[in-house]
Amino acid sequence: MFYREAGDFKKTYVEDSQTFPLKLDRYGFYLLMAVAFGVIPFFINDYWANAILIPFLVWSIAALGLNILGGYCGQISLGSGGFMAVGAYTAYKLMTSFPDLNMFVIVLLSGGVTAMVGLIFGLPSLRIKGFYLAVATLAAQFFLVWMFNKFGWFYNYSASGQITAPAREVFGFEVTGATASAAAKYLFCLVLVVGLAWLARNLTRGRIGRSWMAVRDMDIAAEIIGVNPFKTKLLAFAVSSFFIGVSGSLFFSVYLGAIEVGEAFGIQKSFLLLFMIIIGGLGTIFGSFIGAAFLVLMPVLLKNIMVNQLSFPIDIAAHMEFVLIGLFIMVTLILEPRGIAQLWRFAKAKLRLWPFPH
Amino acid sequence: MKDSKDSYVTEDGRTIGPPMLEMKNISLRFGGVTAIKDITFDIREGEIRAIIGPNGAGKSSMLNVINGFYHPQEGEIFFHGEKRKPMKPYQIAHQGIARTFQNIALFKGMSTLDNIMTGRLTHMKTNLFWQAIWKGPAEREEVENREVVEKVIDFLEIQAIRKTPVGALPYGLQKRVELGRALAAQPKLLLLDEPMAGMNVEEKEDMSRFILDVNDEFGTTIALIEHDMGVVMDISDRVVVMDYGAKIGDGTPDEVRNDQAVIDAYLGVAND
Repeated sequence: MFYREAGDFKKTYVEDSQTFPLKLDRYGFYLLMAVAFGVIPFFINDYWANAILIPFLVWSIAALGLNILGGYCGQISLGSGGFMAVGAYTAYKLMTSFPDLNMFVIVLLSGGVTAMVGLIFGLPSLRIKGFYLAVATLAAQFFLVWMFNKFGWFYNYSASGQITAPAREVFGFEVTGATASAAAKYLFCLVLVVGLAWLARNLTRGRIGRSWMAVRDMDIAAEIIGVNPFKTKLLAFAVSSFFIGVSGSLFFSVYLGAIEVGEAFGIQKSFLLLFMIIIGGLGTIFGSFIGAAFLVLMPVLLKNIMVNQLSFPIDIAAHMEFVLIGLFIMVTLILEPRGIAQLWRFAKAKLRLWPFPH
Repeated sequence: MKDSKDSYVTEDGRTIGPPMLEMKNISLRFGGVTAIKDITFDIREGEIRAIIGPNGAGKSSMLNVINGFYHPQEGEIFFHGEKRKPMKPYQIAHQGIARTFQNIALFKGMSTLDNIMTGRLTHMKTNLFWQAIWKGPAEREEVENREVVEKVIDFLEIQAIRKTPVGALPYGLQKRVELGRALAAQPKLLLLDEPMAGMNVEEKEDMSRFILDVNDEFGTTIALIEHDMGVVMDISDRVVVMDYGAKIGDGTPDEVRNDQAVIDAYLGVAND
């Protein structure tokens, strides 16, 4: 009834192309932000922060990054785990070398370094496409993980080969290390997620975003209308790697606190991220969040139901979890190959007309 | 008169300028196959130039040479009197040459509006930083270009499908959107590869009208490939006829229509 554009007149092109064209969507978004910033920090506890909200936020950034490359620019990458590792190790080196540096600076610099690395591994995309490119990006995955294991300099020659995040502060609040409070960690990630999502939206709505989508949809026609495919693809690799690097640095410093590269950033992580954007919806900002939520929250939910409610043995529950998530993925993709974001769009379109069918 | 470098005025009062694009002795080979054999012709400013010929005559290859997709083994191309160096297609787009394709080459994942907005990419310049911030130069540039695009949308009468994904549009409208994308670039030279293929009579009439209006109102030079002889003879100022990669005729529609070589190519030659 109220979910209409009727009466909500757009008088300028700026209004016409805003992110949330419907009033109700706009207010819903403001409400969500108000709750996320104003309510949750006061009620959050360690379980909610570490098991649900922080992994969701961290994976959302990575999903945004891969979606820029895969969903918007159409370049399939399986190197995401390696790029996350670059972010994590850069953050570690910066944190240990410059203890006084603000964590925001560290995280963004980690993203910057990852962008450079992504640029280098993006070079094959200029010659090869599709599945062949996916295989070529595997090189990044294996090489980077190998490199971080091989050279002691990256993990400061620690005996275990692990890297551990020291306690670091943002404006006087500890956000990393064992004693950081749940609320501080959550807010730190939230600010980055909102900021980066805003950047992603801006980049994908204008000149750059259209060049990416043009290359994705038909690279020959894109070149004919004046898109330099060379620059466009490399830029997508760089921007995407920036996001994934930021995500990797948070994954290490805020979320886990201590990692071992092969375990934390193996090929499974690259696949997980790819599943996120495919299930969520390729080429949509919203889909990145939905995909991350789906694959981060679903295991937690299933575990809670099976272990706590149905009292399954833990090992059986763990195996069932894989089976059920696989099943969910298949059902979602059969129902709507373009992801949950598309289902959401259909639902909204229906809601606009409700209670009338057409 | 038409062979001179000077301008002249057509019967319907349009001024045709000096040659804009000159193709001199172009030969294009793929391995042992010769697609274009030593062809010379020019396209004058403000004219509608048709390229016709039977299937496989090398017409589309010719457009691809103009576009920079193919690089001819021999011959020279002059654009605005200057010899053109071998260039990539996107560089040629920046010189003001736009085109449409025989098989529609729209960006299927984007709306009509976004597709036509991509036509403005050669005119948009804000850097990564301002794009990321959006408020400020990027948004201003977006609005300025949106105004141009809206004029194109009005001109082509496709206001109603502005936000429809192009994949969902019928064929005739997709062709129109593709023309819109090329027009949005405000090109000096517009190449149309079979703009009316597969259309019914009304759609052809609409498309012919758009082509004439584009030429008339914006002064855009147009080169088109088309198989419908009625349309070609009606709207074009001069016609190049190709057969088996060679030029067999060049002139006004009337001259070409009465050319024995052209008639032979189209109707066949009696063997006995």
